Amino acid sequence: MTGSPFLRIESLSKRFGALAAVEDLSLTIPRGDLLALLGPSGSGKTTTLRLLAGFETPDQGRILVDGEDVARLPPAARRFGMVFQHYALFPHLDVGENIAFGLASQGVPASQRVRRVAESLEMVELAGLERRPVGALSGGQQQRVALARALAPAPRVLLLDEPLSNLDPSLRERTRRELRGLIQRIGITTILVTHEQEEAFDLAEHVALLQKGRLEQLGTPEELYGMPRTPFVAGFIGRASAVPVRLVAHEAEVARVELPGAVLWEVQRAEPLAGPCVLYIRPEGVSLAAPGSGVVSGEVVERRFLGAAALYLVRTVGAVRSVGSVASLADAVTIEVLGAPEAARIGDTVGLLPQGRGLHLFGGVGGDRVR
Amino acid sequence: MIGQRRREILGILLALVLAWLVVYPLGIVLTQAVGGPGGWTLEAVRRFAQEKNEWRALAASLGLSIASVIGSALVGVPLGVLTARVAFPGRRIVATLLGLPVVLPPLVGVLAFMFLYGETGFISHLVQQIGGLRESPWRLEGPLAVLLVHVATMYVYFYLFTRAALAGLDPSLSEAAASLGADRWRTFRRVTLPLLRPALAGAGLLVFMTSLASFSAPYIFGGGFRVMTTQITSTKLNGDDRLAMVETAALLLLALLGLLLLRRTEGRRDAVGARKGIAPVPVRARSALGSLGAATLGWGLALLLTLPLLTLLLVSLVPRGTWTVEALPPSYTLGNYRALIADPVRLKPILTSLWMAGAATLAALALAIAVGSLSRRKARSGRLLEGLLALPWAVPGTVFAIALATTFSVRAPWVGRFVLVGTIWILPLAYLVRNLPVAGRAILAGFRQLDPALEEAGASLGAGKGRVLRRITLPLLKPALAAAASLAFVTAFGDFVTSIMLYTYDTRPISMEILSSLRQADVGQAAAFGVVLMLLSSAVFFLAGEGRGATG
Repeated sequence: MTGSPFLRIESLSKRFGALAAVEDLSLTIPRGDLLALLGPSGSGKTTTLRLLAGFETPDQGRILVDGEDVARLPPAARRFGMVFQHYALFPHLDVGENIAFGLASQGVPASQRVRRVAESLEMVELAGLERRPVGALSGGQQQRVALARALAPAPRVLLLDEPLSNLDPSLRERTRRELRGLIQRIGITTILVTHEQEEAFDLAEHVALLQKGRLEQLGTPEELYGMPRTPFVAGFIGRASAVPVRLVAHEAEVARVELPGAVLWEVQRAEPLAGPCVLYIRPEGVSLAAPGSGVVSGEVVERRFLGAAALYLVRTVGAVRSVGSVASLADAVTIEVLGAPEAARIGDTVGLLPQGRGLHLFGGVGGDRVR
Repeated sequence: MIGQRRREILGILLALVLAWLVVYPLGIVLTQAVGGPGGWTLEAVRRFAQEKNEWRALAASLGLSIASVIGSALVGVPLGVLTARVAFPGRRIVATLLGLPVVLPPLVGVLAFMFLYGETGFISHLVQQIGGLRESPWRLEGPLAVLLVHVATMYVYFYLFTRAALAGLDPSLSEAAASLGADRWRTFRRVTLPLLRPALAGAGLLVFMTSLASFSAPYIFGGGFRVMTTQITSTKLNGDDRLAMVETAALLLLALLGLLLLRRTEGRRDAVGARKGIAPVPVRARSALGSLGAATLGWGLALLLTLPLLTLLLVSLVPRGTWTVEALPPSYTLGNYRALIADPVRLKPILTSLWMAGAATLAALALAIAVGSLSRRKARSGRLLEGLLALPWAVPGTVFAIALATTFSVRAPWVGRFVLVGTIWILPLAYLVRNLPVAGRAILAGFRQLDPALEEAGASLGAGKGRVLRRITLPLLKPALAAAASLAFVTAFGDFVTSIMLYTYDTRPISMEILSSLRQADVGQAAAFGVVLMLLSSAVFFLAGEGRGATG
């Protein structure tokens, strides 16, 4: 990561009864960076955000902003701005009063408040709507008022809790673009919670992928996609088919593995491995070829037309020999392959060739095809 | 955390205060039932068990309550369906009229019934004159009379609950039934009615408990027919305190048993939960005749059920001693109302009732808000506190009156007992205890509807606890506060059952003044007090409704 760490989370833990919502989480975020907390539901991303905002108190750990530990400060004293999932606009106050609320807490005199409310509204392109009741706003307008309200008191950190999840799909992409532009313009350190990978990749410079309260991997979107560190990351980020394979040899950071039909492939892999393995294959990690010996063969069982390309689901012929004691292995596995739109038809027998990238090998036996 | 510990300490203190108000007096009644100067004794219990009249009164209470539930359901549910689902001219007016008895203090309802259907009431006068009878054709007395009054005042719970449940019902459910080929009747029987079950069970529970605790109707119309509430009062007035305690304990157990059993039949509540789309449009009758029938039925029943109130108004204009055997009073005057304002002796009960009900309401609101905010912030005592708030609901007013009278007639400050009986404080205290469930339910519901994210948003925008409470929580709770305040005030303002046990000459409330006017045969004055009680109660109720409308 570049830049000096502005926000530092150290060994943060939070339990709710027997459930460890966040466990030993450490992250650093440079000043002005936008970090996305990504993960499935129950992964602890929202709890992390609430710990940052001060709505929950951590059992352990520190939250340092510019060197100051705020983990035990009340929310009001943290100077963090937050946009809530359902916006939480005060229904009994109008747009202007909502935005002025945080300014009044800071003791900004009334005369200046009017000006700053107007500026905030201008910033989100809602100039002149001060006296509008919040109930009369559209979903997109509410989202922008919530953003203006959070930014008006000039917070040190901006927290966004699934900020786009309540918008129409048609509105979501445009709002996302506007949000990204605004945050970049202001240059505020931002943490975004989302369960949508596309949103995280589109908005964030860095993504922290969480699962069961733990950090799986922190990195740029490219790093998460291209160099997943765990099977969970490989399966959660992007599409991948999980194929059980047998490790034949591993030397000079190249592993030789056996695929269905006794076919051998070579896969880049730095860390040592042993025993049964799972190979995660990206759709672009293999290509369609003519069936033959030395090639993984299978039948096309599904075809999804995507426009410029098509996604083929290929059921392989033949199982992996002697993968070990794992009895539950399917005799045949299915692999997703990206190909030209007219490369094959359902029912065709095809061969699969590795492309040298988009293949990620992990020890142990993982699940079936992910996503 | 310091905040968490402070919350827990506050919670414990609050629990102690509530327990002192709610549980402690009941505990004293239970122990006194089996205790005496010479130690524990079952003497009074034995006397209770051997006395036939006691068992008869217990059975009468239970039977009357069950009959009241059935009767009220038979009147209330069809009226609810009629006004919610069938279109006829004047439907909205009828719907409002039918809801009126909910703000009617029980004593006023009883009074109105007496003036209309009693031996000297309009209807009996009318029948007597038409038939040329020498005596009144009937006596409004005994179990049937009490049941009649109960049904005529308690149907409103079934009526309101049915309407609310119908309004909350997802219309797509009956649309689905229709698209599956069910006709209107089958849809109602197989889809609507089963979905109304939780609401009907709730209304049934409410009627059962209200009827079990009912005092005014059996007291005035019971005659020789005794239920537990009147039995307790008469035993207490006869000075047999220990037996009164046993009777009180018996009624309390019956109430708790009823609550337990009915809770079980209440069933799932989630069925009505999902709701989407637009509210169903009232169905138009298929023929002009059907529409006419619906209108006649609706208006007829609305008039029948609101006629007693009109009667009350009319009687309040009768000068003292002028109306004896005529069908209609021969002369009218505003003198009864003038006397209320001009005569300080008459004005005083009104002012007394106002301040006592007001003070009790404010105190109940404060306690309910404290419980609500502690329980919302996950204080460990939250559930206990909510339970303590709700408990008085299951306890008939007579039981509480006896319990408070017993507890606060002894000076023993080290065990939390003070002499309050005979002072101006005992009635406000009694009203407060009786108001806790009403205020508690409305305010806790208000807290539950409040999105916690709104308060969190306030905190994240730099507002301290005080400012969040002042600027966000309380303004958003306004509808709940208005509902709680109006319900609590109206209940306390019209209270009769605890007042009759605990009042002193200096603190006699309106209800006692009505009773004493009746005893002096000054029906006009009694009716005028009744009208004032009714008008002030409705005014409070509708003003609070306006407040609710403005923010809701």
